[in-house]
Amino acid sequence: MKRILLATGALALSLAPLHAQNFDDPEEFAKQKEQLAATPEGPEGQPWLQHIGGEMVETADLGLSAPATVCFSNAGVNNPWRVVGYTNMTEEVKNHESIGNFIHVDAEGSDDKQIADIDDLLAGGECDVMIVSPNTTAALTPAVERACEAMPVIVFDRGVNTQCPVTFIHPVGGYGFGIQGAEFIASKLEQGDNVLMLRILPGVDVLETRYSAGRRILDEAGMNIVGAEFTDGDNAKTKSIVEDYLMRGDIDAVWMDAGATAVAAIEAFEDSGYDIPVFVGEDQQDFLRKWQDEGLTAIAPTYPTYQWRTAIIAAAKVIEGEAVPGPEWVLPQPAITQENLDQYVNPAMPPLHYAMCGCEEMENYPQAWGGN
Amino acid sequence: MSDSTARPRAARRRLPRVNPVWLLLAALILAIVFMNPGFVEPTGYMNFLKRAAPLAILAAGQVYVIVSGGFDLSVGSLITLVVVGSSMLTNNDPSATVWVIPLMLALGLGVGAVNGAIVCFLRVPSLIATLGMMITLNGLAFLWSGGAPRGYLPDTFRFFGRELIKDVPLVRFIPVSVIVLVVVVGLLTWLMHRTNLGRQVHAIGDNPVAARLAGVAVNRVRITAFMLSGLSGALAGILLGGFAGVSTDVGTGYELQAITAAVLGGAQLLGGRGSVPAAVGGALALTAIFTLLNFLGLPQPVRQVVQGLILIAAVALAMHRREETGT
Amino acid sequence: MSLAEDTPPRATGFRFERWAPLILLAGAALIYVAVAIGTGQAQYLTLDNLIAILGRSIALGITAIGQTFVILVASIDLSVASLISATAVLASVVMDGAPAMILPAILAALALGALVGVCNGLMVSALKVNPLIATLGMSLIIQGCLSAFVSNFAGKVPVAFQVFAYGEIGPFPLALIFLALMAALAWAVLRFTRFGSDIYAVGGNEEAARFAGIKTGRVVILTHVICSVCAAIAGLYLASRLRSGAPWIGSDGVYDLESIAVVVIGGTVLAGGRGGIWGTMAGMLIFSLIDSVFNIAGVDSFAKQVLRGIIIVAAVAFYAIRSKRIVA
Repeated sequence: MKRILLATGALALSLAPLHAQNFDDPEEFAKQKEQLAATPEGPEGQPWLQHIGGEMVETADLGLSAPATVCFSNAGVNNPWRVVGYTNMTEEVKNHESIGNFIHVDAEGSDDKQIADIDDLLAGGECDVMIVSPNTTAALTPAVERACEAMPVIVFDRGVNTQCPVTFIHPVGGYGFGIQGAEFIASKLEQGDNVLMLRILPGVDVLETRYSAGRRILDEAGMNIVGAEFTDGDNAKTKSIVEDYLMRGDIDAVWMDAGATAVAAIEAFEDSGYDIPVFVGEDQQDFLRKWQDEGLTAIAPTYPTYQWRTAIIAAAKVIEGEAVPGPEWVLPQPAITQENLDQYVNPAMPPLHYAMCGCEEMENYPQAWGGN
Repeated sequence: MSDSTARPRAARRRLPRVNPVWLLLAALILAIVFMNPGFVEPTGYMNFLKRAAPLAILAAGQVYVIVSGGFDLSVGSLITLVVVGSSMLTNNDPSATVWVIPLMLALGLGVGAVNGAIVCFLRVPSLIATLGMMITLNGLAFLWSGGAPRGYLPDTFRFFGRELIKDVPLVRFIPVSVIVLVVVVGLLTWLMHRTNLGRQVHAIGDNPVAARLAGVAVNRVRITAFMLSGLSGALAGILLGGFAGVSTDVGTGYELQAITAAVLGGAQLLGGRGSVPAAVGGALALTAIFTLLNFLGLPQPVRQVVQGLILIAAVALAMHRREETGT
Repeated sequence: MSLAEDTPPRATGFRFERWAPLILLAGAALIYVAVAIGTGQAQYLTLDNLIAILGRSIALGITAIGQTFVILVASIDLSVASLISATAVLASVVMDGAPAMILPAILAALALGALVGVCNGLMVSALKVNPLIATLGMSLIIQGCLSAFVSNFAGKVPVAFQVFAYGEIGPFPLALIFLALMAALAWAVLRFTRFGSDIYAVGGNEEAARFAGIKTGRVVILTHVICSVCAAIAGLYLASRLRSGAPWIGSDGVYDLESIAVVVIGGTVLAGGRGGIWGTMAGMLIFSLIDSVFNIAGVDSFAKQVLRGIIIVAAVAFYAIRSKRIVA
């Protein structure tokens, strides 16, 4: 046993740091900070159609004709964010007559399975356009490259390490998310105040960047970070962790890298008999409701699920031969604040519905999203 | 792997030695108190008990299945299904709790009965039967809710897992879940160690053929054991949902933790030996380990390694002692 | 894990147990064809597609071959998923894009596998720790050590090594041929060698095997080494396929529970002593076919899970229901 520990340990220690991805990139941080402040192009009030900077890609020469079959290789619908996003997507498909057939395959969170799924779709020979939401960036790159050889490909959410897709759709990004929350805390607290940082799990690119940006700003503002804990996204664990911290001392603000467990964290303050401090959550309905009911000082940065709509819109444009923003389509990434909170709270929606879905005007809202 | 030499145990065993799980628990608690003196305050130890309650109840139920010679891997998904299902059924209506809770307990019993029937009548080993049930129930929870929780749990439902009884003499307050824990564990202990059912569960785990020849209704007793485990899963789900609210992965990992707790308490896998209080002790010890590692500020990977080492060491030690004493 | 009242195997006539995996496989294939034709998607019935289906579960197949060995001696291995992640990361970090390091990386991965196998085997046979607990503990230890050092994709597999997962010989993927060869080798070992018959003897009745002069401890340790080495090979395959290793690829693929499911669906008995490699291969094919049926028919992923759970239980019941024994 010892030998394995030592051997693996020594090897990993000597080699791993060389390959650790850089999740704290000052250039990317600065770029996203700028994008948050930029005015997007496109129709106002419809952020899923807007784009920040960037060029356009012509698609008329791709030679597609409507109606065409769109295939979607999905990393999974294994969390509420993806459930809301996938609903946006299937509803958006109904708006486009140029999409004759929509085929969806679900990789259930496995890289290996998603590679097989893409190969199956290519072997089946039915697809005219492929949309890919990669499970991880590096692993899916070769499969996406193979797909590019056969048809136009649109990638969204996570990217791939190749320029071959027609466009890569994503909101501003993880640094932006971290910046919005941490700047809010810094503006509300004094130097030296206690901040607890709650994270879901290590290693996930989109979450690591949120943390590094948040940490950078809180450190620069002179906040006292009492701890940065992993909650596994588990309500019970989140509540326990916060309770333990409260036994040891006061907390003036809580920063979270994702909001699904925000209400559990708030309840830890309530049940222990403390006032609820400054909170950074996300756009889940249960958090927004709690915020409104309890009159919190809070902010909800978002990673908008409307990007799932945009992927379909881009596919339809490709079929119709219209130009699309590309090779990167950067969507705006608004935060929900005290000023516009009322606009997003909707008690009819389920607790983990993501309010920044851009779906309120769609035909089957709210039933299709599980609302009453 | 069952030891063929052991005779059916006499009705009352004398316990000359203290079960090591209690020593482990005492040592862990001392360490926690040393790390964090606040633990001796009611807030400290009551919070601890409140957190341990779902796992302790689960372990108390699991020990029935283990003693009868099987495993129940389905309890984790059952917890998820109970929490998600309750949020769907109560639909924000506080008065619905009155019928939703009994329904969920019945669901637990039902799932246990199906597990037991698959094992007894279809002859599928319990590891596979309950693995299949685990996958199925998880799928059902997602299918029912569409992948994300659909409703909130009303405060009446959350009473059992979240509320405190205040102004209690000596301890200031008692969480409701701790009362539930004491009552359930008391009942399960009595059933296992003071009734005929308990003796029969031990007998079929020890040697099912001999038990059958001795007139034990093997199938009925085994199904009962699975039903008790299912019931404890439903109870744990009600407490967890109450403590922390709805999510679609509340139960993940609880099945292995429950088995670990039972084993830490000296339950013998594949049957014949095990005690409810010791399994509860195992659950408390496991929770204490997690709490301690938390206080030490150790990262998740270290916790995993420690958990793995303790698990192996506990069983290896138990086997060693058993060989020494020749039982 | 077997208990008494074993029915003696009948010597002549139709041996249900031998044919049951094929009956299940034929059933799965029929459903596949029926669904493909029924939904008007006959293009899924070509050779290319058959190969694509076969290629879906190569990592699972390799792991399941190893799992068959340990289950045959009435043990089990829950540590394969973590080991797959560990060896994939180890190989990819050692290679780090350099073709010259391919051989050392393969050796390192196999050595790690063998080491874990020896530890598992020793815990089970010498310390008498229940295999479920021993390998579960091992799994936690491996995963903990791994994620202490790596939290994302680490290292890089050189193009030369990607041939393992992406190379083709004629119409067949290299990895598929490799899997077939491994299965044939495993079959030969079980069928023709002394070690093979020892495995069945130990799994059938450990005490009797010991009295017959078989070094049962050694057999158990060796099967665990085979199982872990197979998992290490699966890790190498996944590193090659994903072009790098990450600490979650084993657990994301649920290779621990799925490999056990594949083995038992293939008719190998958890109690040990009965079953074999071809059953396991049939089990793997059944899994792949079901997966493809779900994809063609567009079954939603939650309903998929429900069906999968029921199918596992039903398939095992198909074998077990005729037995009179009391199962654990």
